[in-house]
Amino acid sequence: MSESSCTVYELKCPECKKGFGNVPLSACPDCLAPLEVQYDLDSVRGRFTKESVAAGPANIWRYKELLPIPEGHQPDLPVGFTPLVKADRLGKRIGATNLYVKNDAVCFPTLSFKDRVVAVALANAQHFGFDVVGCSSTGNLANSVAAQSTRLGLRACILVPSDLEPAKILNTQVYGAKLVRIEGNYDHVNRLCTLIADEYKWGFVNVNLRPYYAEGSKTVGYEIAEQLGWRLPDNIVCPMAGGSLIRKIKKAFAELVALGIVEDKPVKFFGAQATGCSPISHSVKNGWDDIEPQRPNTIARSLAIGNPADGPAASKMIQSTGGYAEDVSDVEIVSGIQELAETEGIFTETAGGVTTAVTAKLYADGRIGKDELTVSVITGNGLKTTDPLVGKFAEERAVKPRLAEFDAFLRESDASLITGVAEEEVELVGGTK
Amino acid sequence: MSIKVVLPTALARHTDGQKAFTSDAKNLPGLIAEFGEKFPALAENVKDENGKLRKFINVYVNDEDIRFLGGDGLEFADGDEIMLIPSIAGGLL
Ligand SMILES: [Zn+2]
Repeated sequence: MSESSCTVYELKCPECKKGFGNVPLSACPDCLAPLEVQYDLDSVRGRFTKESVAAGPANIWRYKELLPIPEGHQPDLPVGFTPLVKADRLGKRIGATNLYVKNDAVCFPTLSFKDRVVAVALANAQHFGFDVVGCSSTGNLANSVAAQSTRLGLRACILVPSDLEPAKILNTQVYGAKLVRIEGNYDHVNRLCTLIADEYKWGFVNVNLRPYYAEGSKTVGYEIAEQLGWRLPDNIVCPMAGGSLIRKIKKAFAELVALGIVEDKPVKFFGAQATGCSPISHSVKNGWDDIEPQRPNTIARSLAIGNPADGPAASKMIQSTGGYAEDVSDVEIVSGIQELAETEGIFTETAGGVTTAVTAKLYADGRIGKDELTVSVITGNGLKTTDPLVGKFAEERAVKPRLAEFDAFLRESDASLITGVAEEEVELVGGTK
Repeated sequence: MSIKVVLPTALARHTDGQKAFTSDAKNLPGLIAEFGEKFPALAENVKDENGKLRKFINVYVNDEDIRFLGGDGLEFADGDEIMLIPSIAGGLL
């Protein structure tokens, strides 16, 4: 294990304030508090500017000065810099005039925001000299660790709950990763991984590499600010599983403010959960500063963490910004998936259905003002979780390849489409085009 | 009646390297009190200022989080395995 000589950042205990340099360690050896990466922002000042960012590649490595990347590491995988989409059609449906969707459903290479955190975690895994990397995962993280470890020449062993969506299992195995299905939910898997990391000399991205891994989430926040023309939104709506992402977006904004890159302003943070696993939203709604663990039961399995690691911190943070957290039923989640796909052409997984449905609810309840600049964070692609949509669309009869047959079919199934064609014809005949 | 207590490596520093030992504590407060007698350094480390287990430590009884089983009120049964694990939560920075 080599120790980085980098002085720009190091692991710090948030409780007893001790610094630990850069080592694969998740908890403070003294008080067991989870360690976090802290930057010496003064030494970054001048090296992280709007110009230096603009000159960087069109991926997360444009922000490398604010990422815990070992000195000399040459980033290879083009991850991130996903579209920030002005969502006017979705906005019209839910009563929003200034709504954006941050679309990590298209984040290269495995189509979820986890590609960001894994890229940062594995850069460190390589640096620390691990041969085998691992993770506990509800699916997206597994896909990303499997793909990126292959690219870096690391072997991977990945542990998942046994009832995971088939596509997410396949999307892990295809890269040659060792996949172990554990009888239990994510919280069981996570506990086992903590024990394995304690026993094996493996680099677990969400255990002993976790402080580095979590920093990768900040890039969602940097991108949002940059894509809004280096300004902050009024509101962020963010899905919550472990509760880490929403906190890291806030950390990203705070760093940009501290460096003078964006103007400071209050940003409200809103958390989104599935009602079937809503320990953090439950905590926020009750004004608690702790969470009560739950046994998850929802189709949004990527958010199904009953004992979220960053739950208490996320709950406190949301309340401190004047935001709120909301949760939605499985039926609302499926509607949310369909709504985002039908209005914006973005097919998201169940977690995105949660976020979209919660966003709609926040507007409907007046918790977000109609004209406020709001970003709804979509974290994963729907192709991985098609199961909840099976049976949602009528399977219509096959039509013979004849115009008359097709015409008859349209008249019986969707006559409104025919009106459009007729008008087009009239315009052409009248020579208006 | 006796229970088995399992500790992570980080905590075994305070038990002369012992990662597992038996105890006859009847519940979690009893176990923490027993730490005070057997391993004062461990007790010092796992307790907060109110004498309760630090919030960063998760306690499992057999395979279940103690919070699902009644927490401090749970009476341990003979042969139970009690595991202390640091929660891999994010902190406060
Ligand atoms: Zn500490």
